[in-house]
Amino acid sequence: MSAVTDSPTPTTLPDESGHFGTFGGRFVPETLMAALKELTSEYEKAKADPAFQEELSNMLADFCGRETPLYFAERWTEQLGGAKIFLKREDLLHTGAHKINNALGQILLAKRLGKTRIIAETGAGQHGVATATVAARFGMKCIVYMGSIDMERQHLNVVRMRLMGAEVRGVEAGQKTLKEAVNEALRDWVTNVEDTHYILGSALGPHPYPMMVRDFHRVIGTEARRQILAKEDKLPDLLVACVGGGSNAIGLFHPFLGDDSVKMMGVEAGGHGIVKGDHAARFQGGKLGVLQGTKTWLLADDDGQIELTHSVSAGLDYAAVGPEHAFLQSEGRVEYTYATDDEALAAFKTLSEIEGIIPALETSHALAYVNKVASTMSKDQIIVVSLSGRGDKDVAQAARYLLPDEKPLEV
Amino acid sequence: MSSSTPNRIDTTFARLKSESKAAFIAYVSAGDPDMPKSIEVIRALERAGADIIELGVPFSDPMADGIVNQMAAHRALEAGATTIKVLELIREFRKESETPIVLFTYLNPIYTYGFKKFHKDAAAAGADGILLLDLPPDEAGKNAEMTETGDLLHIRLIAPTTPAERLPELAKSSEGFIYYVSRAGVTGAQTSLSDNIAENVAAIKAHTDLPVAVGFGISTPEQSAEVAKAAEGVVVGSAIVKQVEAYGASDDLGDKIEAFVKPLVDGAKSV
Repeated sequence: MSAVTDSPTPTTLPDESGHFGTFGGRFVPETLMAALKELTSEYEKAKADPAFQEELSNMLADFCGRETPLYFAERWTEQLGGAKIFLKREDLLHTGAHKINNALGQILLAKRLGKTRIIAETGAGQHGVATATVAARFGMKCIVYMGSIDMERQHLNVVRMRLMGAEVRGVEAGQKTLKEAVNEALRDWVTNVEDTHYILGSALGPHPYPMMVRDFHRVIGTEARRQILAKEDKLPDLLVACVGGGSNAIGLFHPFLGDDSVKMMGVEAGGHGIVKGDHAARFQGGKLGVLQGTKTWLLADDDGQIELTHSVSAGLDYAAVGPEHAFLQSEGRVEYTYATDDEALAAFKTLSEIEGIIPALETSHALAYVNKVASTMSKDQIIVVSLSGRGDKDVAQAARYLLPDEKPLEV
Repeated sequence: MSSSTPNRIDTTFARLKSESKAAFIAYVSAGDPDMPKSIEVIRALERAGADIIELGVPFSDPMADGIVNQMAAHRALEAGATTIKVLELIREFRKESETPIVLFTYLNPIYTYGFKKFHKDAAAAGADGILLLDLPPDEAGKNAEMTETGDLLHIRLIAPTTPAERLPELAKSSEGFIYYVSRAGVTGAQTSLSDNIAENVAAIKAHTDLPVAVGFGISTPEQSAEVAKAAEGVVVGSAIVKQVEAYGASDDLGDKIEAFVKPLVDGAKSV
């Protein structure tokens, strides 16, 4: 199926040891090497196994609600007066974001591997919720690591995870956000690797995660490509997605990589602006380095210490970008820009008011770029933007900025 | 190794072999609690009889370390430790000592400094070996910029989870000694030692003539003695770092460290 609907020349990367050009790889302590190799080979087997693919595809349809619509944002398009804007509605998936595509794929793998205990990290909580969801569905013990700052700003998701029986462990180290949660999850995995599978939530970390997470999210782009051809009888001119680790972006972009006419833009978190410690835009002032198992662009000081980051959206507030994005940027195939907190909040407001869709704050960064670019394009051009998640989790925080007179929400 | 001068690590293990004694390897984080006190701590380790000093180069995200070593790196960074200052510390120590120094750290600070330049500068400062926790030999071979190791010996980890078929490759790529991680987990003390240490060390020895040192979770003189029976080296880290944490502000920090480490050394030398 995907062979028919994907672009004619999909990239064959990474190589067998997880390298996308100079990026990626498997930079981990020896204790994890065997588990990563086992995971890689089991994933390759599962990928080629029709029974695995059938179970995944049935669960994606009946449990998660695929396929998701490609929705023409008519009023927003009219308002901006330029290119036609289509929203790939990952926000309509079960649990409210694209994250479940990967969580589901990985728990089916964990089952094949005979693992009984699941761990995950989470930033905004969407990946944690997706993992808690599939763990509940498959009856596995689930522990989610989450920075204590993120637990505060995404409390609703903490409660959702706990309601589904997951244990949420707060992480107090460092700046108490996503990076520290990944460190703790890795430490747990090093310690419990025999019975535990780590469901990493973005296209990050050591091989095979960037490849595997991408593959589980490719369904976004594969569907979008088929849908836009059916609706408009031509390919889009521009794809737009927000990039934290970069999982929804790579999922949308990858099936179009061979379509030379399709431009792609990844949008990072510009926070308060591109000032050290105030943003999470790795392609703006970042450097090449190695963090949490992969070689990629990251925010570090001149001594190689990882810098503090900031974003209004917990899901983009991370110091490193997925290695395949680093590769696609170096090849000039995908461009990367950023949106500030304020621009993201403005776009959050726009989409809520004009289309009746409350987007996640992460997603709002992609929308902010569309706000800027659509009017510079002609009316016969097409933008497809990944609406990666819905904003229910963000209403308390958004209300603080956008509805200052509202009584503060307690979630 | 590009130099013909024998490395201090090699000569130390050769000497201990002739004495039929195990090496005692003491780990602390460089710059903990600050640079002036750090040199006192290292000198105290030497006075207590440590054969090799393993020096952590602090990194903001030490994913293989337990809470004790994480906090030590944090204290050091808060007190202004940098890679350059760690090299200065080694230079200072080297003025009066020939005890081998092994650096224990993560790739990013070294990569940012410049991989090749770091190896050259660290060796010039007086370091003898390096253990990069997140640089497996598999990657060293695939990243051209990570192959120039100059005069620093690259020590490799072997874990209980390392499959038997991987042992020859790891043994072959290791220099100086092999660091056997005695259990799956992060650094830090535990109440009992893992079973099978002797058996696993013997399995490694089947592939190499290099000495094998065992670390992770060793904290008492009794454990030190038990490990010394099975391996050529005993590494104690977090237990010592905890003492630095407890007495960092005290005037007799060096004496406290020496008094704590001496029985651990004696344990290792008792067999």
